[in-house]
Amino acid sequence: MATTPLTLKELSKKEGLLTSGHRMCAGCGAPIVVKMVLLAAEGPIVAANATGCLEVSTCISDYTAWKIPWIHNAFENAAATLSGVETMYRSLKKQGKISKDIKFIAFGGDGGTYDIGFQSLSGAMERGHDMLYICYDNGAYMNTGIQRSSATPFGADTTTCPAGSVIPGKTQQRKNLTKIMAAHDIPYAAQASPSHWMDLVKKVKKALSIEGPKFMNILSPCNRGWRSRTDDAITLSRLGVETCYWPLYEIENGVTKVTFKPKEKKPLVDFLKPQGRFKHLFAPENEWMLKKFQEAVDKEWESLLKASGNEQP
Amino acid sequence: MKLKGWKKVTPGAVCTVAGSALEFKTGSWRAFRPRWIEENCIQCLFCWMYCPDMAVNVKDGKMVGFNYDYCKGCGICALECPGKKGKKAIVMEEEGK
Repeated sequence: MATTPLTLKELSKKEGLLTSGHRMCAGCGAPIVVKMVLLAAEGPIVAANATGCLEVSTCISDYTAWKIPWIHNAFENAAATLSGVETMYRSLKKQGKISKDIKFIAFGGDGGTYDIGFQSLSGAMERGHDMLYICYDNGAYMNTGIQRSSATPFGADTTTCPAGSVIPGKTQQRKNLTKIMAAHDIPYAAQASPSHWMDLVKKVKKALSIEGPKFMNILSPCNRGWRSRTDDAITLSRLGVETCYWPLYEIENGVTKVTFKPKEKKPLVDFLKPQGRFKHLFAPENEWMLKKFQEAVDKEWESLLKASGNEQP
Repeated sequence: MKLKGWKKVTPGAVCTVAGSALEFKTGSWRAFRPRWIEENCIQCLFCWMYCPDMAVNVKDGKMVGFNYDYCKGCGICALECPGKKGKKAIVMEEEGK
């Protein structure tokens, strides 16, 4: 199979598999993530989508922005639906009715992945279906109007954990889903960010070249929910990586590798400051929250570095 | 974009035409319009890669302008544009001015 060299010039000559005319908000991170994932894939792809912004906005009543076979079933079962499709494919292939090599990709937001779709995702990974599950993580149920999810970061203001006199935003830390998925002992789990497109594309290519269940968690800024500007999706995701809020790493067959180490680790406030959902953290009485958040980020980064260092023979 | 009557909707709401969303022009959402200044462009193609709406036209690996039918005017391209010698190749301008 011909592979496209990894330059933007060559990638731009490929046919885009997600078209314009989708109804995602201006400046949304999710279509950027999907576009990059689809650009990385070679050959025929079949996708499934959990309910979420991406699903409702790319497939509104009879119009679809996808140029690949795509299926939506319900909120909780993108992984189970794709498991069925993949199983049918294996059966048809055995019967000699399909000769193509097809790759399967499921897309879900953090709500459809961390919370509602978690059991079906866990089941699909345990059964070992040959699929790549992509979670575009924007850190809340943005589609229904910014309700907290288990991916919502500590301290964030959402409509179901509003910052005010009673609570200072979300009082719990976020779930570490990438590590939870890696704990399923799947061959590949990784974290990526659209700001580092080369890293993202390489990870998708690697994931698709591996047989079995794969998981990728990709940061996807949402200017409505993050209360930020419409033009800063890439800038914010870059800050997320540089502050180590969203470390880029992969866990391949149990071996952790940090794929991007910032030259200088920026303070977490650089990532929080441009976002209105964290505005209240900068009030003097909430200083402890900034400290606690920074400590959690440092702890995770150090544990990754340690795990990554152990890979040397 | 024409809405279909219920008799014409396929069973199970299956979409049979791939990429039919192209019929929906999202350009009318735009409040700010990106303007491309060719002499400052270094053809890095970041605008193309980072555009959420696939509204950057590229021909033979080169940026050639915007597709205003779909550009929602988010401004990511202008912010990420490295430009040449400190001069941006993409600037945002208010619509209707």
